[in-house]
Amino acid sequence: MLIQSTVFYFFSAILVASALAMISVRNPVHAVLFLVLVFFTSAAIWLLLEAEFLGITLVLVYVGAVMVLFLFVVMMLDINLAKMRAGFARYLPVGLLVGIVMAVEMAVVLSRPAFDLQKPEAKPADYSNTQELGELLFTEYIYPFEIAGVILLVAIVAAITLTMHKRTRAKRQSPAMQVSADRAERVRLVSMDKD
Amino acid sequence: MIDWWQALVAPFPPLLLTVAYMLVFILVLFACVAYATLAERRVLGFMQVRLGPNRVGPQGLGQPIADALKLMFKEMILPNDADRFLFRTAPLLSMAPALAAWAVIPFSEHLNFADINAGLLYILAMTSLGVYGVIVAGWASNSKYALLGSLRSAAQIVSYEIAMGFALVGVLMASGSLNLGDIVMAQQGSILHWYWLPLLPLFLTYLIAGIAETNRAPFDVVEGESEIVAGFHVEYSGMGFAMFFLAEYANIILISALTALLFLGGWLSPLEGILPAHAFHLPVIGVLLGSGAHWFIAKTSFFIFCFLWFRATFPRYRYDQIMRLGWKVLLPVTLIWIVVEGVLLYLQLPPWFD
Repeated sequence: MLIQSTVFYFFSAILVASALAMISVRNPVHAVLFLVLVFFTSAAIWLLLEAEFLGITLVLVYVGAVMVLFLFVVMMLDINLAKMRAGFARYLPVGLLVGIVMAVEMAVVLSRPAFDLQKPEAKPADYSNTQELGELLFTEYIYPFEIAGVILLVAIVAAITLTMHKRTRAKRQSPAMQVSADRAERVRLVSMDKD
Repeated sequence: MIDWWQALVAPFPPLLLTVAYMLVFILVLFACVAYATLAERRVLGFMQVRLGPNRVGPQGLGQPIADALKLMFKEMILPNDADRFLFRTAPLLSMAPALAAWAVIPFSEHLNFADINAGLLYILAMTSLGVYGVIVAGWASNSKYALLGSLRSAAQIVSYEIAMGFALVGVLMASGSLNLGDIVMAQQGSILHWYWLPLLPLFLTYLIAGIAETNRAPFDVVEGESEIVAGFHVEYSGMGFAMFFLAEYANIILISALTALLFLGGWLSPLEGILPAHAFHLPVIGVLLGSGAHWFIAKTSFFIFCFLWFRATFPRYRYDQIMRLGWKVLLPVTLIWIVVEGVLLYLQLPPWFD
């Protein structure tokens, strides 16, 4: 128990510190990397809660893919730091207001009886969180699960269609044609007389 | 022998023992990585009809140690306006995931560090972290070539991860488990029961995607010296460069080990089902012929050799063709084979899916 709570407080301290750092550092790339640390540490806390599937998926999806693309974009931005920091005092009241509203809302929701959770009992060592989740998702919640999948598919198709615009004047290569090229259409062997 | 060992270590606390085992293992792994660099140079030399390093020690066996000493004593140059902290952290970021992934790799039926249920998922998560080292290095160097290299790398790794993930989906459909030990045990029988045969397209996809993930030739546009000098690590020197170099080989060994586990039956003996059962009970030869960690190491070494072989054989891909291969060839292949596999599973096709 002692080890478990030590680990929990260790990760929580890192989580809170990196979350604060993420919104306060000046450099956007550093901010993104702190966000990565936030995700990673929350995954570790989820592992402590015996939700290993969710924890590892958080690392795989958010840290391994989403944040990579995020970092990719942020790295290419040409951000004027001085200009960005100039409006800090002006936006502070609005930011504070939004923050207070969010804190109150969270307090209201979390104090409801539905959130009055009992401390869950520790599961035995051979308990497989992944299997339990899979069985629930593919039996009881199969329709919501598949509908969510279809919605995501529609979102993918929509996002790709938005970025697909044919530039008629641009010249581009077709790798498929290049790969299928063979010797006969490129080289002509000519036999010539010796002189 | 195992009983004798357990009696010897019984008085020590388990946590201490695990840490000790890990330290020993990491040392062994580093030695393997160091000698993989020598193997690469010797194999390339052999394939290109030249000698390769053979001066330091017998057959050049002292070369990795000499290289390591040289790189350790070299100055680590910090470029102007580089991000000091991230510049120094980036090599660690690319090394650490390659080591962390080994935590769940089983060497034989009872020989592993952590036998966790979601082992395959953990592997996938850890290998997907390796890209940060490359991206952070490229950005922190404050150099155009390094940034270009890291952007190429990010796009390439994210693209091939998808095909790789789908290949793994095929494996876990066939074995019905995310646990690496269970996946190997599900392949038991004979060499024809291993998943390379029923999942041949996924096996090839995994191997190709693995080469792309480790940024090796023919997919090494990340460091393509003819276009962007040396890519993301152009500004690194001394130990920083050495760490990237070691991380590349650690990743090669990891991908080879995973391919061996997932598609070639891990520690299972290829002689199973060929030799009569009593052959495995012979005094000394029986242990060698039967399943064990030595077969796993042999299979891993074979794939490491393949990585070197491909480097010597194939010319570098053009960048848009890499993207085409990943998205338009490998991804459809895996998707189609997953559907085919679903049908085979439904039919319970013997001997694999019954």
